[in-house]
Amino acid sequence: MSLFLNILIDGVAYGMILFMISVGLSVTMGLMRVINLAHGGFAMVGGVVAHVLMSEAGIGYVPAALLGIVATVALAWPLERLIYRRIYGFGDLQQVLATIGLTFLMIATVNRLQGSSLLALPLPTVLAQSVDLGFRTLPLHRVIVIGVGAVVIVGLWLLIERTRFGIKLRAAVDNRATAGAIGINTGLIYTATFCLGAGLAALGGILGAEMLPIEAYYPLRYMVLFLVVVAVGGMGSIGRSFLAALGLGLIETASRYLVPEFGTIFYFACIILFLALRPKGLWGRLA
Amino acid sequence: MTRLMRIPFAVEALLIALLVIAFFAFPYNLAFVTRILIMVLFVLSIDLVLGFAGIATLGQAALYGTGAYAAGLFAVHVTAAPLPGLLIGMVAGAALAFLSGLVLLRTKGLTLIMLTIAVAQICQEVANKARDVTGGADGLRGIRMEPVLGLFEFDFIGITAYWYVAIVVFIVFLALKRLAAAPLGLSLRGIHESPERMLAIGAPVYRRQVLAYTLGGGIAGIAGALAAQVTQLVSLEVYSFTLSAEALIMLILGGTGRLWGAIVGVVLFMTVHHVAASADPYNWLFFIGFMVLGVVFFLPGGMIRLPQALLRLGRQR
Repeated sequence: MSLFLNILIDGVAYGMILFMISVGLSVTMGLMRVINLAHGGFAMVGGVVAHVLMSEAGIGYVPAALLGIVATVALAWPLERLIYRRIYGFGDLQQVLATIGLTFLMIATVNRLQGSSLLALPLPTVLAQSVDLGFRTLPLHRVIVIGVGAVVIVGLWLLIERTRFGIKLRAAVDNRATAGAIGINTGLIYTATFCLGAGLAALGGILGAEMLPIEAYYPLRYMVLFLVVVAVGGMGSIGRSFLAALGLGLIETASRYLVPEFGTIFYFACIILFLALRPKGLWGRLA
Repeated sequence: MTRLMRIPFAVEALLIALLVIAFFAFPYNLAFVTRILIMVLFVLSIDLVLGFAGIATLGQAALYGTGAYAAGLFAVHVTAAPLPGLLIGMVAGAALAFLSGLVLLRTKGLTLIMLTIAVAQICQEVANKARDVTGGADGLRGIRMEPVLGLFEFDFIGITAYWYVAIVVFIVFLALKRLAAAPLGLSLRGIHESPERMLAIGAPVYRRQVLAYTLGGGIAGIAGALAAQVTQLVSLEVYSFTLSAEALIMLILGGTGRLWGAIVGVVLFMTVHHVAASADPYNWLFFIGFMVLGVVFFLPGGMIRLPQALLRLGRQR
């Protein structure tokens, strides 16, 4: 029972992290049709900035995290304007290469400035505690991750379903040319969406540093984890990405708990089996 | 190039000339030139899979590494004769490619790319966990090769290794050249251009793609086996994502869909790597990053299109 609960809590928390990092990838892929292998890099940039602010400027965890997100968005904005905008029209392979090139540049930059060791994001003592739920105790960090994840999914849902921006975004995902023709500024939508995705990735990277430690090779090491979410959940949908991330988080955590020696192998075998049976993802709408 | 093709055996003669020149031009760097040749073979395997059949892959290292481990283990446990080891490496690479290809090729686009990466990661994880067999993170050691065909001993300078690898690369290159002109090669090109139309005219697209992937796996397996035999060491690095990505970059750098593109790309990339990495190993990744972006943005057809691009530029003036 206790094992089951552990898997559930850790799995949901892990799924939330996966969701926060991958949702931007899924949406940009649905919207701009761009395969962005550098997306994990935004999670790393957020983590690295937060690490530097905490360890060298002595800023607290929460402000450092917020500044890390702001810095990531500030990086994503010119990147989208200058580089990604030109990649949208390329073929799959060119996109893959260009974004690998960007990934290498991000890794090299972090490697140069911070070295290749793990960059710790120590939790403040308040967050490192456990909470007593009466029948058992939980690490507060996991609870906060799950809480933030829930806020993010609700916020995104409201944004997409209930605002003008959301209407325009959905229109652009469905048909970019028509959306442009009826006067929607698709360029602005692209930039805003891209920055939002990068910011969420940074948030996920910082909050998830306990599970996916921040280091220079972060974008390569965890690239597949983020891509899997999009492959399973399909692209351009927040709800599906969320379900896919949650499911994958639970399976990964379960396989790490139950078959610790072969967790990774078991996890990937599951995914390959799944995608062999459902090559187009859970809902079969992968374009 | 097209005019050159019309002269009988011009390509063969040119290739042999290049191999001989390389041998005499770099007497102190034979090991490096041998590494370039092995890389050419590996990139040729990606060219077959991606340039011809249009299967986007970022996990070719899975097949290379499997060939390397198979040949290495074969040399340690069965016989240290090089040629049977080469065959084993090829079969291992092809077998993995066939099995994984059956699954992978049901998908396309991003899912396909991701799954190819995933296959390589699984292989790396398996090799890491099977420490008793593979040596895990320490690498597979104790490979001692017997003379090639029982005649040519592997020497300290690497003369035998160079010619051994050169001849294998030469044979595979010619086989691929034949394949490119054969019905199968043309059919693969057709699938690359438009799978729907090929399906419409009755070509078994999925089976052809699996076949191409398997052939590519066999060639990658040979490349891996050569690397294992020549360096006498197999490490977990053979499965690394960086290897797949760098090989892909080399191919794009040279130009896809043309066998010469693979050679041009590898020679260029490896030479730059050699020079840049010995001058400043720390910033090598910066260099590749910028190089890739430069090629993608300014020279999408690869270096092999550079003369044409320049010509066009000249004509526009």
